[in-house]
Amino acid sequence: MNNILYAFICFAIISGVLGIILAIASKVFAVKTDERIEQILECLPGANCGGCGYTGCAALAEAIVKGDAPVNACTSVSKEVCDKIAAIAGVAPAESHVRYRAQVMCSGTHELAKKKYVYEGIHDCVSASKLSGGDKLCPNGCIGLGTCAAACKFDAIHIINGVAAVDYEKCMACGVCVASCPKSIIKLIPYDAKHWVGCMSADKGAITKNYCDVGCIGCKICEKNCPTGAIKVDGNVASINYELCTGCGLCESKCPRKIIWSARSQSEEGVIRFKQDLTTTNSSNE
Amino acid sequence: MSLGAIIGMLISSILIENYVFSRFLGICPFLGLSEKPSTAFGMGCAVTFVMTLSTAITWALYHFVLIPTGLEYLKTIAFILVIASLVQLIEMFLKKSVPALYAALGIYLPLITTNCAILGAAILCIQNEYNFIESVTFSFGSAVGWTMAIIIFAGVRARIVFAETPKCFKGTPIALVTACLIAMAFAGFQGVKLPF
Repeated sequence: MNNILYAFICFAIISGVLGIILAIASKVFAVKTDERIEQILECLPGANCGGCGYTGCAALAEAIVKGDAPVNACTSVSKEVCDKIAAIAGVAPAESHVRYRAQVMCSGTHELAKKKYVYEGIHDCVSASKLSGGDKLCPNGCIGLGTCAAACKFDAIHIINGVAAVDYEKCMACGVCVASCPKSIIKLIPYDAKHWVGCMSADKGAITKNYCDVGCIGCKICEKNCPTGAIKVDGNVASINYELCTGCGLCESKCPRKIIWSARSQSEEGVIRFKQDLTTTNSSNE
Repeated sequence: MSLGAIIGMLISSILIENYVFSRFLGICPFLGLSEKPSTAFGMGCAVTFVMTLSTAITWALYHFVLIPTGLEYLKTIAFILVIASLVQLIEMFLKKSVPALYAALGIYLPLITTNCAILGAAILCIQNEYNFIESVTFSFGSAVGWTMAIIIFAGVRARIVFAETPKCFKGTPIALVTACLIAMAFAGFQGVKLPF
């Protein structure tokens, strides 16, 4: 028993002495690090996604303090947080800062988009797209095998009913999914964008109609109805200029194909529900 | 201790009893950090630095603290404790005084705090009953041998990248096969008889 006690006391003394030496050393050898870096780091999401081009949030915070990076380099924080970062760094707040999120520009679920063959190969969009452009007839449709979902580091993309859907809360707008999509149909749009066109079909209306029940046919009804001229049809598909869009929702209600989506329809009703409703309205019209 | 004996010990610890190829110590950084010769060199420098210093300190600790108090049987724990604190101290010292060296070694220093090669060197010196100069020589030689091994290995791996490896061998498997072949080459040194 004495042996154990003796060993215990000896080691306590050794550890205590080492602890004191380290404590003194940390004061003596203290290097002044800029406390602004720490403060900015607290404002950033801390996800280390690399979307800004730096290795992580710490590297970006350091670059912002040094003035190498603009204060609005991180696209996944809100405008208020961006202004806070500018205040900490002691520079003028950014003139414009937009928080982005990813959006998959396709609405063609299993029931709505027609298929040309049954794909039974490797479960990956890139390999499916090599086989005559994927199993959907539409050359710009979501293949729905989840290459983007696998690429996402934040578990923000899930395949629902054959089309990838983004969970806005989890999305950090790093752009990894945008690069991973072989069809290039994922876009970064402003986080608070009210409306978006859920189609990328570049073919003429008559052809698109054969591909898919919800493809954009380029009818320009949205363009004619938009009071601010934010929505334009270019190359047979409508697209929204978010600097002009006021989110009035006229385009959404006028669209005959029901592919102009609003944040309301996605968040409140849910993706699948909305698409099911769409299927029933389309069939009742016919 | 004669100069000849010191040189003999250096050669023996670098080549004949190489840490990686005949003692199998320090394998994790050997495999983990050998993808680029430059990082391998950085890690090797850090290991050399820490191993030499820590052996000197642990030798003193063993002979001036553990033997008088009769706690030799607890040397492993005592050494781990001291080496960990020592690396912390060195890191702080370098950060303040030699920022250039800190920038070069910085990320590798914490990695080797609890490395088996560092602890192995300290314990082998005690087991072989070396005196202070022998201990420092032995650990320095061992660390240089380790550095040489990892640089050679990194050079080979840089070429493997361009080789057509069968798919199932890609990555770590082919690295282990390579390490095995280099170890077999090093086994040739076992027969060397030093004149001292």
